[in-house]
Amino acid sequence: MRAYLRLDHIDKTYHRGAVATEVLKDISLTINHGEFVSIIGHSGCGKSTLLNIVAGLTPATRGGVLLENREVNAPGPDRAVVFQNHSLLPWLTVYDNVRLAVDKVFCGVKARAERHDWTMHNLDLVQMAHARDKRPAEISGGMKQRVGIARALAMEPKVLLLDEPFGALDALTRAHLQDSVMAIHQKLGNTVLMITHDVDEAVLLSDRIVMMTNGPAARVGEILEVALARPRRRLDLASSQHYLKCRQRVLEFLYQRHHYVEAA
Amino acid sequence: MTIPSLRTEAPTARPAPGAAVLRLPAPGPSFLTGRLLPRLRAVAARLIPPLITLGLILSIWQVLCMKPGATLPSPSRIWAEASDLIIDPFFVAGPQDIGLGWRVLTSLQRVAAGFGLAGVIGILVGTIIGQSVWAMRGLDPIFQVLRTISPLAWLPISLAAFRDSQPSAIFVIFITAVWPIIINTAVGIRNIPQDYRNVAAVLRLNHLEFFWKIMIPSAAPYIFTGLRIGIGLSWLAIVAAEMLTGGVGIGFFIWDAWNSSRLSDIVVALVYIGAVGFLLDRLVAALATLITRGTAAN
Repeated sequence: MRAYLRLDHIDKTYHRGAVATEVLKDISLTINHGEFVSIIGHSGCGKSTLLNIVAGLTPATRGGVLLENREVNAPGPDRAVVFQNHSLLPWLTVYDNVRLAVDKVFCGVKARAERHDWTMHNLDLVQMAHARDKRPAEISGGMKQRVGIARALAMEPKVLLLDEPFGALDALTRAHLQDSVMAIHQKLGNTVLMITHDVDEAVLLSDRIVMMTNGPAARVGEILEVALARPRRRLDLASSQHYLKCRQRVLEFLYQRHHYVEAA
Repeated sequence: MTIPSLRTEAPTARPAPGAAVLRLPAPGPSFLTGRLLPRLRAVAARLIPPLITLGLILSIWQVLCMKPGATLPSPSRIWAEASDLIIDPFFVAGPQDIGLGWRVLTSLQRVAAGFGLAGVIGILVGTIIGQSVWAMRGLDPIFQVLRTISPLAWLPISLAAFRDSQPSAIFVIFITAVWPIIINTAVGIRNIPQDYRNVAAVLRLNHLEFFWKIMIPSAAPYIFTGLRIGIGLSWLAIVAAEMLTGGVGIGFFIWDAWNSSRLSDIVVALVYIGAVGFLLDRLVAALATLITRGTAAN
C-alpha cells in the first residue's frame, strides 16, 4: 500500500468582517490506493468543509491536498463528488446527466460510440439502465442517488468523494444502496473518501474510520481500523464480535468523549 | 324477518345442472352518447359563458349608442360601415387601402426585429449582471432609472439618432422590451443553485459550456417570464410609436382613421390589436412550457 491521497496540515478559517471562525485545525490524513475511508463527526464539525477542500470546491486556509504526490487545489473530474442531494440537472434525462460527464472527461479520448457504451456501462453498474430516458423528477430519491454515483464513477476518478450520499434516504433504500456501493468498490477497487454521520454505515463500509472532534477548530480525534474481511455481509456482521467492538468504539467517541454540544 | 332461513340457503347462486346461463346483451355506450356527447358538453361549458357575456356587452353597447346624437358608433353601425375590414383581413384595394391583416403583419415585423434584438441583448446583459457582483452594482441603479422611462419618450431621441422612422420604431420596441428581460434573466442567473455550479466545477465546464448547459436551462423559467412581459410591452409600444412615425402599420391606421373621422374603423382596429396581443402572449407562454419542460420541477 502506498500513500495515494494526502491531506497535509489543513487549516480552514472563515472570515466574516473582523470575526474569524476556525473550522478545521491541523488535519492530516493519508489514504492508500483502493482504500475506503469514512469521516464521521457530529453535524457542524466541518466534515463537509473538509470534503469540499479535497474536492477543490473550497480553498484551504493553510496546508494542502496531494494526490499522487501532486498538489490539487482546483476541482476536477479526478476527484468526482457524489453530492448529498444528488445534484442531477433536472432538465437532462438520466442518460444525458451521465453522458454530460462522459463527454466532458473523455472528449477526444474515446470515440462517440465508445462514450455511449461507457455511459450505459456505468448506468448498468448502478442498475439504472432501465430508466435512461427518465428525467430526475420522475425517479425516486434512491434512484437519483444511484445516477449520481454512476455520473461520478463514469469520470473514472482517482478518488471518489461521497458527501453523506445516503443521508436523505429512508433506511431500506439506504441499506440497498450501501450494498451497491460495497459491491462496486469490491469490483473496481476505487479509492473512496466518504462523509457520514451514521455509525453503522461507517463500520460496514470502511477500512478506516476517521473520527472528528467537535468544532470550532475540529481536529482528527481518532482513527479506527476496521479489520473485517471483505466481502462483508450485513447479516453476518450483526453477530461479529469485531464489528460490535468497532461500533462500540465509534459510539463511545461520539457520545461520551465528544458528545454533541448545542451551539451557544 | 327471514334471516335465519337465508343462512341455510346456499350462499352462491349457481345455475342448476342442465340450465343454461342467459347472457343479456350489455347496453354498451354508442359512439354518440359515449364519446362525442361528453366532449361536446365540455367544449360548450367553456364556450358558452364567454359568448353570453360578449352578447350582453354588445347589446348594452348597442342600446347606449343607438340614441341619435351618440358620439360613438354602435355595433350595428360598425358592421354597416366597416364590414369589409372585419370580413377580409387580407384585401389589397390600393397602395393605402389594404386589409388590417397586412397592417398587423407590418407591425409584427417591427416587433419581431425589436423584440428579437431585446431578447438576445437582454439575456446576455442579464447573464453578465447575474454573474458578476461588480456589473450588478454598476449597472443595476442605471437600469432601474432607465426602465421607468415611457417608451414614447425615447422616440424623439431615436428619431434624431437614426433619422428614419423604421429603425426608430424598432429601437422603441427594443428599449421597451429589454428591461424586464434583463432584470428577470439576472434574477434567474443569481438563483442558480450552488449544487449545479459545483457539478460544473467538478466537470471543469468552460464558460461557454457553463452558459449553454447550466445557466440557460436553469434560468429558463425566469428568462421566459421576462420575455413574456417584454412581448406584451412591445405590442403596447408599437401601436403608440406607429401613431407618431407614420407609414404602414396598425398604429398609424388608427391615427389615420381618427384624422378622417372613421370611428368604426378604429373600433375594428382595437379588436385586432387586442386579439394579436393575446395571441403573442399565448405564443410565448406555449414556447415556455415547451422548452422549460422538466426544468422547474426538481
